[in-house]
Amino acid sequence: MARRSNLREPAIVKALLIIAALSYIGLMLLLPLGVVLTEALHDGWAAWLAGVSEPDARSAIKLTLLVAAIAVPLNVVFGIAAAWAISKYNFRGKIILVTLIELPFSVSPVVSGLVFVLLFGAQGWFGEWLIAHDVEIIFALPGLVLATVFITLPFVARQLIPLMTAQGRQDEEAALSLGASGWQTFWHVTLPNIRMGLLYGVLLCNARAMGEFGAVSVVSGHIRGETNTMPLHVEVLYNEYNFTAAFAVASLLALLALVTLALKSALEWRYRDQIAARG
Amino acid sequence: MGIRVQGISKSFAAYPALNAVSLEIADGEFVALLGPSGSGKTTLLRIIAGLEMPETGEIWFGDRNVTETSIASRGIGFVFQHYALFGHMTVAENIGFGLSVMKRSQRPSRSEIRTRANELLELVQLPGLGDRFPSQLSGGQRQRVALARALAREPRILLLDEPFGALDAKVRRELRGALRTIHNELKLTSIFVTHDHEEAFELADRVTLLNQGQVEQVDTPAAVRERPATPWVRDFLA
Repeated sequence: MARRSNLREPAIVKALLIIAALSYIGLMLLLPLGVVLTEALHDGWAAWLAGVSEPDARSAIKLTLLVAAIAVPLNVVFGIAAAWAISKYNFRGKIILVTLIELPFSVSPVVSGLVFVLLFGAQGWFGEWLIAHDVEIIFALPGLVLATVFITLPFVARQLIPLMTAQGRQDEEAALSLGASGWQTFWHVTLPNIRMGLLYGVLLCNARAMGEFGAVSVVSGHIRGETNTMPLHVEVLYNEYNFTAAFAVASLLALLALVTLALKSALEWRYRDQIAARG
Repeated sequence: MGIRVQGISKSFAAYPALNAVSLEIADGEFVALLGPSGSGKTTLLRIIAGLEMPETGEIWFGDRNVTETSIASRGIGFVFQHYALFGHMTVAENIGFGLSVMKRSQRPSRSEIRTRANELLELVQLPGLGDRFPSQLSGGQRQRVALARALAREPRILLLDEPFGALDAKVRRELRGALRTIHNELKLTSIFVTHDHEEAFELADRVTLLNQGQVEQVDTPAAVRERPATPWVRDFLA
């Protein structure tokens, strides 16, 4: 008979822990996802297709992709710049900058949206000037982009700051000592060093940019076919008791999330050696 | 190429300070900067390399004042304590990096860069390892690759910051011999930072002893051993 290690807890504890963890995940994560998918297909594939392809839904999908396509690159550039400044240089106010980057995570999304209404809305600080110059921000695409940028600002920077701090400046100094320009150093040394963290950050940033509800809801104005993103469109449909269509669009959003997750896992698998080597 | 360090001062938080340090190094000389941690030896080396700016004083390479020259244009090779090899590049790509970032008009062809990398691998006694990645090499091998990489653009001056600090005693001894041979063969002018006085005495033509940002003594190993200039030097070597 094999001897049982006295460092290991009894088999019953192990089994209970695994069952508890799995049922919690099942109840809180898998069940809702299952409900969304079943409800979406409740009336069959034809109804699902009709729900996601009617003009208002198509416009919501396009708008969501457009907003993400603008907001994500902006936050990638900002995230790299901020992480670079914070990890490679010492300057006054560095701690304040690190704290401020996290601000969007601690502020309620509704407040984040309201800030932009107070700034750029008709009664806002710049409202009169904007109306006089015929510039639309609130209840239009620029407002949606601003709110999304604000909400998703921390993702890339937060992934990169610890990574770049741990890597230090030595590789960059080596490249410079070998005659590389600043741009060559960034392109050939810094970027390859941070690419995994950067990809994670982009994926998470993108998932949130497409799924954001609160802040976007405040600045959108809910104009059907014009300023409704996918999450807002789901709410409108749901409030109209159009459950099948609501769940159909919701299932698309859930699908996007699953694709993001799959991509992240695929990347981890593809670069598992590098991840292990870098520690 | 001779090096002249003239009244270099620097005081700031990230590295230990320097106080009006002057030093003359002749063409072809091998000089060790020796001192305890916090003595400013690494700061001085980084200022000579162009990785830090001094507050006062000048750095001359031959008859060229390089105080304001960027590190990329100083024509030096620099070897770091923790190798600083690029993990996503092969050994050959690491060694060829300095050549591959040259201006298009001066840049050698791919095959020339590869040939040069192989020559340098021979020089540091690692022939045939060009296609490995740094993570597949031992510490001593990595530092040999780092040395080869620093030599790719044929610098006249080689600067080494505690290059063997992370290696065990046996590998250190082997690498010391290899480094001194390469220095002589290529007729380099080399500055070597270390806190280990045996290493300094064995390798260097002259030793510069630094303490709290000031030069205590500059002399040949034999002279330093026989006639320590200050009580501090005598204590440090004891």
